[in-house]
Amino acid sequence: MDSKLNLRDGILRGVDTARAATESALSAAEKLNSTLNAFLEIDRDGALNRAAKVDAVNPSDQSRLPLAGIPIAVKDNICVRGMQVSCGSRILGPYHPPYDATAIDRLIAAGAVIVGKTNCDEFAMGSSNENSAFGPVKNPWDISRVPGGSSGGSAAAVAAGIVPAALGSDTGGSVRQPAAFCGVIGLKPTYGRVSRYGLVAFGSSLDQIGVLTRTAGDAAAVLQVIAGRDPHDATTAEVPVPDYSAELNQDIRGMRLGISPTLLGEGLSPDVRAAIENSIEVYRGLGAEIVDIDLPHAQYAIAVYYIIATAEASSNLARFDGVRYGFRAEDAPTLKEMYSKTRDEGFGPEVKRRIMLGTYVLSAGYYDAYYLKAQKVRTLLRHDFARAFAKCDAVLTPTTPTAAFLFGEKVDDPLAMYLNDIFTVTANLAGVPGISVPCGLSSDGLPIGLQLLGPYWSEASLLRLAQAYLTADPFTAHPAVHT
Amino acid sequence: MPITETDIEKIAQLAHLEITDDERRTFAPQISEIVTYVEQLNAIDTSAVEPALGGLTPEGEQTVSWRRDEAQPCLGQELALDQAPDAAAGHFRVPKVLA
Repeated sequence: MDSKLNLRDGILRGVDTARAATESALSAAEKLNSTLNAFLEIDRDGALNRAAKVDAVNPSDQSRLPLAGIPIAVKDNICVRGMQVSCGSRILGPYHPPYDATAIDRLIAAGAVIVGKTNCDEFAMGSSNENSAFGPVKNPWDISRVPGGSSGGSAAAVAAGIVPAALGSDTGGSVRQPAAFCGVIGLKPTYGRVSRYGLVAFGSSLDQIGVLTRTAGDAAAVLQVIAGRDPHDATTAEVPVPDYSAELNQDIRGMRLGISPTLLGEGLSPDVRAAIENSIEVYRGLGAEIVDIDLPHAQYAIAVYYIIATAEASSNLARFDGVRYGFRAEDAPTLKEMYSKTRDEGFGPEVKRRIMLGTYVLSAGYYDAYYLKAQKVRTLLRHDFARAFAKCDAVLTPTTPTAAFLFGEKVDDPLAMYLNDIFTVTANLAGVPGISVPCGLSSDGLPIGLQLLGPYWSEASLLRLAQAYLTADPFTAHPAVHT
Repeated sequence: MPITETDIEKIAQLAHLEITDDERRTFAPQISEIVTYVEQLNAIDTSAVEPALGGLTPEGEQTVSWRRDEAQPCLGQELALDQAPDAAAGHFRVPKVLA
C-alpha cells in the first residue's frame, strides 16, 4: 500500500511539495466528509500555512525533518493550537486550546502538517462512534456499518486514503478496534511511551496516544517522533526510544507467538476464526514458533476494566462544570444547580452512564467491594502476561470478536457493546503495547484485524511482526469510499 | 446487587448530574445489569493479592519526576480567562453559592 515515507521522499527530492500533499489531503477530506463525517474540523488555512513553511525550509535542512510535509489527522480529544477540541461532546463548547499537546509539538517540529480534527465517541467512550454528539463516523467499507470506536474518525480518514497517518487515543481498544473495523494498522504503545500532555483525560491509568496508518513503516516513523519522556507528563518513563525502523524488515524466524486456546473459544464469528487460523499459518510459514499460553484472568478483563475506567472517568470528568471554559447552562439560580444543569445538558447518555457507574463504585461503602477488588484482579492479569511473555515474544489474538457491526445493533444494550472490547482491554489493564494488523476480509467484504500484544517497550518487535505479516499476506483491498 | 431508581437519583446527585425521569428509568436496569456483571469478580480469591496502583510499568515507577521548586512559564490570567463562559474583573463569575 502507499506509504507516507514515499511521499516524504518525493518532497525531499523536489518532485512533490508539502503544499501539494496537503492540498490533496484537504480536498479529499472536504469531498468525503459529507459521506463519512470523519472530520469535525478541517483547517485548510492553517494546514496550507504550515505546508508553505515546510516548503520554505531549504532542502538540506528538510532532510532533518522525518515527517516533512506529511498530512496527519488528529483525534478531537488532543489539543492542537488554533483548532477546536470538542472530544465529540457539547460540553466543551467547542474549546480552542491555547497550547499544543506534546505529541503535536513533536509532529510539527518533525515537519508534519495537521490537516484537521477527527470525530470520536464522546470523551472517547464507545466502540461504535454512535456516542459522538456530532453524529457517527461511517465505515468507509460499508456506510451502514460502524467504523469502530472511539477513534473512528481517525481510522476512517486513514482507510479512505485521506491522510497516510492519524493520531488516536486508546483507553480500552480505541485505536486498535477501529483500525480492525476499517482495515488499517492501529498501534497502542506501552503505558508511559507517549506523552499525554494535551490529551483530554478519560482513564488516567489506561490512556495512551496511538497511531493509525496503512503500513507498518509509517506507524514506526510516526511513533519514532512522538515517543519519549516528557517532563509535562509524569507518567512518561525514562526509557530510551529505539530506532523503530531499523529492524522492521528483518525476518521473524524463531520468534515465538503465544496463542491462548481459551481466548479463541466462544463468541468468535466464523469469519474471524478462519482469518485468525489463517494468520497463524502465515506466521508459521514465516518461521515463527507457535506456543500455547494461558491468560487465566483475561475472562475477567471486561469486568475489571469497566470498574477502573468508569471510576477514573467519574473523577476526570468532574472538571467539566461550566466555570472555566466550554458550555454553561442558562437559568440556573445557584452554583450547584448550574453544575448539574450544565452537566446534564452538556454530556450525552453514555458519558452520564459511565460517570454514574464510576461514582457508584467509588462511593462510601462500595470502594473495597468494587474498585479495590478490580485493582487486585488487575494485578493477577499483569502476572498472567508476565508468565505468558516468559514463553513467547508476543501474544496473538483477534482484535475483535466480529467484523464491523451495523449502526443501531448494540446501541440500546451497553453491556453487549462493552463485551466487544474483550480482546483489547487487557493491554490497557496490563500497560503492554498492542497492534492491530489487517488480516483478511469477512464473507461480507469487511476487514478483520489480528492483534499482537507484546511485553513492555516491545513496539519494535510488534512493528516487525506486523511488517512480516503484511509482506507475506498483503492487504490490498480498498474500501468502497476511497479517494 | 440490584440498582433501583432511588439509587440512581442518589448517584446522580453525588455526580452533580441533573437527570430526567426518562433517564432514571433507562439507567436503573442498565447500570444494574453492568453491576451484576462486574460482581463476577467476587468469585476470585484475592486475599493474598496486592492491588495494582495506577498503570505504571516498573521503568515508569523508577522514573523520577521531581523538578526544582521554581516558577515556570504558565498561561497567565488573560489566556486562562479567555474562554470562560462568564469572566469579570480577572475572575470566573458564577451564580450565587448559597440558595
